[in-house]
Amino acid sequence: MAEILVLVDHVDGAVRKTTTELLTIARRIGEPAAVFLGSGYEAARDTLARFGAVKVYVAESPEFDDYLVAPHAEVLAQIASTAQPSAVLVTSNPDGKEIAGRLAVKLESGVITDAVDVDSDLTTTQSVFAGGYTVNARVTQGTAIITVKPNAVTPEPAETTPVEEKVAVTISDAAKRAKVVARTARAATGRPELTEAAIVVSGGRGTGGEFGPVEALADALGGAVGASRAAVDSGWYPHSHQVGQTGKTVSPQLYIAAGISGAIQHRAGMQTSKTIVVVNKDAEAPIFSMADFGVVGDLHTVLRQATEEIEKRKG
Amino acid sequence: MKIVVLVKHVPDAAADRGFNESDHTTDRAGVDGILSELDEYAVEEALKLSDSGEADVIAVTMGPDGALDAIKRSLQMGAASGVHVVDDALHGSDAVATSKVLAAAISKLGDVNLVLTGMASTDGGMSVVPAMLAERLGFAHIGFVGELGFADGKVSARRDADVTETVEASLPAVVSVTDQINEPRYPSFKGIMAAKKKPVETWSLADLGVDAGSVGLSAAWSVVEAVTARPERTQGEIVTDEGDGGVKVAEYLAGQKFI
Ligand SMILES: Cc1cc2nc3c(=O)[nH]c(=O)nc-3n(C[C@H](O)[C@H](O)[C@H](O)COP(=O)(O)OP(=O)(O)OC[C@H]3O[C@@H](n4cnc5c(N)ncnc54)[C@H](O)[C@@H]3O)c2cc1C
Ligand SMILES: Nc1ncnc2c1ncn2[C@@H]1O[C@H](COP(=O)(O)O)[C@@H](O)[C@H]1O
Repeated sequence: MAEILVLVDHVDGAVRKTTTELLTIARRIGEPAAVFLGSGYEAARDTLARFGAVKVYVAESPEFDDYLVAPHAEVLAQIASTAQPSAVLVTSNPDGKEIAGRLAVKLESGVITDAVDVDSDLTTTQSVFAGGYTVNARVTQGTAIITVKPNAVTPEPAETTPVEEKVAVTISDAAKRAKVVARTARAATGRPELTEAAIVVSGGRGTGGEFGPVEALADALGGAVGASRAAVDSGWYPHSHQVGQTGKTVSPQLYIAAGISGAIQHRAGMQTSKTIVVVNKDAEAPIFSMADFGVVGDLHTVLRQATEEIEKRKG
Repeated sequence: MKIVVLVKHVPDAAADRGFNESDHTTDRAGVDGILSELDEYAVEEALKLSDSGEADVIAVTMGPDGALDAIKRSLQMGAASGVHVVDDALHGSDAVATSKVLAAAISKLGDVNLVLTGMASTDGGMSVVPAMLAERLGFAHIGFVGELGFADGKVSARRDADVTETVEASLPAVVSVTDQINEPRYPSFKGIMAAKKKPVETWSLADLGVDAGSVGLSAAWSVVEAVTARPERTQGEIVTDEGDGGVKVAEYLAGQKFI
């Protein structure tokens, strides 16, 4: 059975949930082989084994952190050319897309980005044009390089004892052109990661800058907080929380939009949410057309009351 | 300094976008085209650099006849000249082929120091063309830049990706910019008049020395097998708040087992 390479997305060995999703998908297609680049493998080992990596290529070097991802693409291409996998799966985020793009050129292979599902025969599903269309596609040349969005599948454990293969790391000068001078991690909020959360409560211009009620409702539901671009541009909430075309795409079980009108660029980031609840004081706001449940009213009072009622019900 | 800004002509996102039934390619005829909004930020950033110093800004596009509009708009905003790569053989090209053609155009221009692009095209939206170009040209690449500066022949950038990074690169470089970086200008009346006299070159694949058999739909390295319109979401119950709106939300959420 051909190997399916899964590039491990991690911070110092702390494996991101998306990687366990990719391993779950890889198992459908062939033999999952994880590729670990960077430092901290020791911390990553157990998770990769638990989610079914039959093999792990370990290229440990602190040097990766000194540059943007060109070195990752270089070493991944080197591993792929000996492993001859039928596919390489990478998380769909800015770094993952750069790696995928470079890899496609290096391996002379086709690339598909933002898959929301991948079949056992490598047919991908994508959601395009602001969620208006579903596209099925496949790579027809070389190794299928596919970036997969978070939350595509529910990660399923499948314990293995992976074979570890150490890979010597030599990074070319060409891959060292973009040096990272400083890196600032985002401040921890104690809330779930926006793209991974099962519940997202978002606020827009209608909050008037007051995100307290939005955060309180998110906390009552154990959800993440999102924001429209209007709220982000006004400086009310950090850009890392923006939902939409130029922010994050979310696909939670429940999306609550408060004080958001529903511009196409916002819908592009939340259209595939399972259930949508809307609170907006304008009954004509376009976002109501997508609502499974909506309240025409002032979000400040409605969200506060909803939060109180939820706390009461939780007892 | 020679700056190339890559501009794509795309179907207007505000219109009803769709696909050609025969070959599943994006319908570029049935919907009004515009300069991809996210490329306006790249044009603006290029113009800011040329406003403040010695920089020659060349807008480059690849696309059918109508794509010339993206060049015109860039010239109206203030770019000095344009290049339109157009060839019937290009229809249906994938990102890999697009990057090959754009890399050939940049090489033909020669001595390019900086290539500015949008963070994603608003139609295909793959965000891979800039990285592919850097790979082909051997340029440095910094993607998703929210702030850009120059000092001592180097670019320094704040990158708004998963974490905030400060990055430095020597030229030549490909930099893709986000919508956080600036506020794109509107063309002035003077700009619109001046644009009419600005030079635009039209290049075919033969002009670039790119084999027509290596681009286009039949040479694409991925294929779309099916396109399905997503069913419209059906609107559920909408109530007006009469003092109990919050309770109603909680009741609905409890009914759906979210509490
Ligand atoms: C290239 C480009 C990219 C973009 N990318 C994104 C993106 O990624 N994400 C994004 O969100 N937008 C994006 N936008 C912007 C988008 O077009 C809209 O401008 C934006 O989504 C509007 O945000 P909003 O709904 O919060 O504000 P508005 O459209 O101003 O809507 C505010 C809503 O709040 C309601 N309201 C006001 N007060 C109250 C109250 N007290 N209680 C209840 N309701 C109230 C109003 O009725 C209104 O419906 C992009 C635009 C462009 C051009
Ligand atoms: N056909 C094209 N002509 C000019 N520039 C393009 C073209 N396709 C992509 N680009 C540039 O590459 C960026 C990213 O495109 P994409 O990878 O398609 O999301 C765009 O914002 C443009 O700046």
